[in-house]
Amino acid sequence: MAVSREEILEGLAEIVNEIAGIPNDEVTEEKSFTDDLDVDSLSMVEVVVAAEERFGVKIPDDDVKGLKTVGDAVGYITDHQS
Amino acid sequence: MSAKLKPSRGAPHARIMGVGGYRPVRVVPNEEILKHIDSSDEWIRSRSGIVTRHWAGEDETVAEMALAASGKAIADAGITAEQVDAVVISTVSHFMQTPSVATEIAHRLGAGKPAAFDISAACAGFGYGLTVGKGLVVEGSATHVLVVGVERLSDLTDKEDRSTAFLFGDGAGAVVLGPSEVPAMGPTVWGSEGDKAQVIAQTVPWDRFALGDVAELPVDSQGNVKFPALRQEGQTVFRWAVFEMAKVAQRALDAAGITADELDVFIPHQANMRIIDSMVKTLGLPAHVAVARDIETTGNTSAASIPLAMERMLETGQAKSGDTALVIGFGAGLVYAATVVTLP
Repeated sequence: MAVSREEILEGLAEIVNEIAGIPNDEVTEEKSFTDDLDVDSLSMVEVVVAAEERFGVKIPDDDVKGLKTVGDAVGYITDHQS
Repeated sequence: MSAKLKPSRGAPHARIMGVGGYRPVRVVPNEEILKHIDSSDEWIRSRSGIVTRHWAGEDETVAEMALAASGKAIADAGITAEQVDAVVISTVSHFMQTPSVATEIAHRLGAGKPAAFDISAACAGFGYGLTVGKGLVVEGSATHVLVVGVERLSDLTDKEDRSTAFLFGDGAGAVVLGPSEVPAMGPTVWGSEGDKAQVIAQTVPWDRFALGDVAELPVDSQGNVKFPALRQEGQTVFRWAVFEMAKVAQRALDAAGITADELDVFIPHQANMRIIDSMVKTLGLPAHVAVARDIETTGNTSAASIPLAMERMLETGQAKSGDTALVIGFGAGLVYAATVVTLP
């Protein structure tokens, strides 16, 4: 069953909090991972792997580069859910 | 007809008897790296954990560094050079195609006429060497095997590449393997993934220079053709190194028949502090396990990193003789090797 955008955002916020220590409520769709959330390129890999496990999606390295904002990631996961 | 042959008779088991390292005299701080790249000390530290590394001087050749580390390992093992009957050297930065550097080391150590050869397995080279050496001891072709990882990666570093200029260091680490009555080296979990060859590689092959076709070779900011260097796809390496290698490390524990709780020491290849930290987290290692973090002052020395870190941990008391250690190397190929050993 597909997970809603809200649930994906909530899940991503928990992941970003765990990896970068950013409070959950600051992780909103318009935020940039690198510029606003202190998630650098290596932490981004950790976020992606955690998101893959949590939402059952595959996010190849080539696609990771396109995920600039939290909204990009929410959209990607929404579109690629099995 | 097939004549009946005598079986080989080796030792019941093999162990690491001694370890030794050599670090070049010159310490290179991030400040010096920053002369050639647009970056900052803070950026380098946060992305790699590296504060200083050692770069070899003119006289600190691959052979000289290997020789120094080997002498220490042989002394630590309590044997003489004459007792070494195989020399296995892992390196990707010895720029003489043939003869191997191993034969020179064997000769200059005064080891007599041991079997001697080089192997190429990049940052997994030490684990590959351990596995080959253990095989020789147990199979009976050698009683004492000298296994060395040695690199001058500063020669293969593009000083103007801001993603790799700060990463690499030089040095040598050696161990002596010998017979043991009890198992002291677990089964190796190793392999290669040649489909990922482009993830970490030398920029151009040597023969491109010989062909005189320099038009398409990379040039530096002064317009000079660049010597080949190591390049890598950072995010892809990070993902593979942390998450795939954590699985390999776990398989090595399983193969040795121990749990993480029974482990005293973890010595991963010193590729990047972030990889080490993330791997420790992913593996769920208990807090009592001492983790090698030699990269901070040594940089990434490829095949030399594990024995160098092992020596330092024993020297500083972070680890002690008899401790159970998980070692794992991984790098260009891609290749990997993990095993559990009893520290000398």
